[in-house]
Amino acid sequence: MKINKNIAISESGFIFNPGTGDSFSTNPIGAEIIQLLKDDKKPSEIIKVISSKYQIDGPSFEKDLEDFYSQLRDGSLTAYE
Amino acid sequence: MEKLRYERPAIKKLNAGLMNKFGTRTEYAPCTHIDGVAVKDLIKEYGSPVFVISERTIRKTSQNANRAFKTRYPKVQFAWSYKTNYIDAVCNVFHQEGSWAEVVSIFEYQKAIDNGVPGNKIIFNGPEKSVADLEQAVNNGSFIHIDHFDELYDLIELTGRIKKKAKVAIRVNMDTGIYPMWDRFGFNYETGQAWNAITKIMASEYLELEGLHSHIGTFMLSTQAYSIAASKLSDLAVNIKYKYNKAIHYLDLGGGFPSANTLRGSYLPGADVIPSIDDFAEAITSTILNYGYKTEDLPLLILETGRALIDDAGYLLGSVLANKRLSDGRRATIMDFGVNILFTSFWYEHKITPAQEFSQHTEDMVMYGPLCMNIDVVRQSVNLPLLNKGDQVVVHKVGAYNMTQWMQFIAMRPKVILIDMDGKPHIIRENETVDTLRSMERKPDYLKKFKL
Ligand SMILES: Cc1ncc(COP(=O)(O)O)c(C=O)c1O
Repeated sequence: MKINKNIAISESGFIFNPGTGDSFSTNPIGAEIIQLLKDDKKPSEIIKVISSKYQIDGPSFEKDLEDFYSQLRDGSLTAYE
Repeated sequence: MEKLRYERPAIKKLNAGLMNKFGTRTEYAPCTHIDGVAVKDLIKEYGSPVFVISERTIRKTSQNANRAFKTRYPKVQFAWSYKTNYIDAVCNVFHQEGSWAEVVSIFEYQKAIDNGVPGNKIIFNGPEKSVADLEQAVNNGSFIHIDHFDELYDLIELTGRIKKKAKVAIRVNMDTGIYPMWDRFGFNYETGQAWNAITKIMASEYLELEGLHSHIGTFMLSTQAYSIAASKLSDLAVNIKYKYNKAIHYLDLGGGFPSANTLRGSYLPGADVIPSIDDFAEAITSTILNYGYKTEDLPLLILETGRALIDDAGYLLGSVLANKRLSDGRRATIMDFGVNILFTSFWYEHKITPAQEFSQHTEDMVMYGPLCMNIDVVRQSVNLPLLNKGDQVVVHKVGAYNMTQWMQFIAMRPKVILIDMDGKPHIIRENETVDTLRSMERKPDYLKKFKL
């Protein structure tokens, strides 16, 4: 899954998609993941980063990451591959 | 380095200007304690889900209702509506606060007697009273509120046979401007049926007409309807005085005051739309006081308030079983409690709050119960923080009707805990187990074995 690199994201988690004019808000961990996606990190790398920084194990986080991807797709924040 | 607290990543679309139908109400201020007791400790000790009742809130609510009426009218008596919540410990808090008992079945009647309520402080309502039930009530000097002519004839026959006086009232139904009209209980006012019943009672040797009763509906939002009920009952009382020179001892206006819950489909939270207990008290008492009774004939005012006195005191604590995403993109959260024990989620959009601290980020979700049944929806749409599996929530204002109308369906019914005035929890009802059910079932011998 690839993020649409045109989207703007602020430190507070405010997201703006200039392509559609939609805005979103995300929580700090969401913002962090979007940043990792923008840096072209693979899911396995993201899981490693997050599970070493937060109180969550890899498999549990993977489930939430999948769900986050589907939220990004729902919001048309992903790029066509 | 210590790891940071984890929160599931989430994203929410911001609809500038447009207000989401459900978006105005966020309920994420956490409720971590009930009367000083930590929610997480209650769940740890008593399991999840678990009902919790605050004795402090019951007493406070009951005292406030008494104040509202007694500061406006000289003779007031509350009678606890057993069916609203008939766990003995709950009933006895009300009895300690001075309430009589109002029952609608012989089972509830027996509960009241067992709790120590004197027979002459029990009001026996409802359409189902067998001759044996009536006899017990007559012998105990209870107030029998007659629902239909068949019951009236049963009573005339019974009292004539045992040669004992029965203290009776009739339930009167009437048009109070509220539709649908509850005309299935009691005798109708407008058609003259009520007066007809009164005439029969006055003509009978052993029936003593003590009062007039109405219960015009439940979750009533109109104080005006109570004024109308009070004036129609007063009209009957004054006519009885005129025709028979008999002063009626009491008017019983029943229950029906709303609690601060939000009705399903209502755009405004319940607390913003319901009249206060003082508004109801004012409507009822001013109608009676201005009706033209002689001071010495002023009737006792009885109230059978149920939900308005107990809803606030009840909480349901539960935990998240799972999260999922529905095909239309909505988030769904599955709780360990459902409509089996939270019957009132059919009527109310219950306020639900998390029991632990969260960040400010929230999301809309459907909240489901654990039953493998499509109807098991606790909230169609609720805005809550990002709940994870195992997180705990508190459902508010669930004290009325749930602990009596709950059903043993798919899952067992949980414990009920009362937190006393000193903040000490007590189990007041045990949870069911498989043994509870086993003890009731019987297997014929020929069905004991099979081969598969
Ligand atoms: C006769 C009677 N009295 C009192 C009540 C208590 O009503 P509520 O809980 O609406 O106050 C009921 C409930 O329906 C009732 O049927």
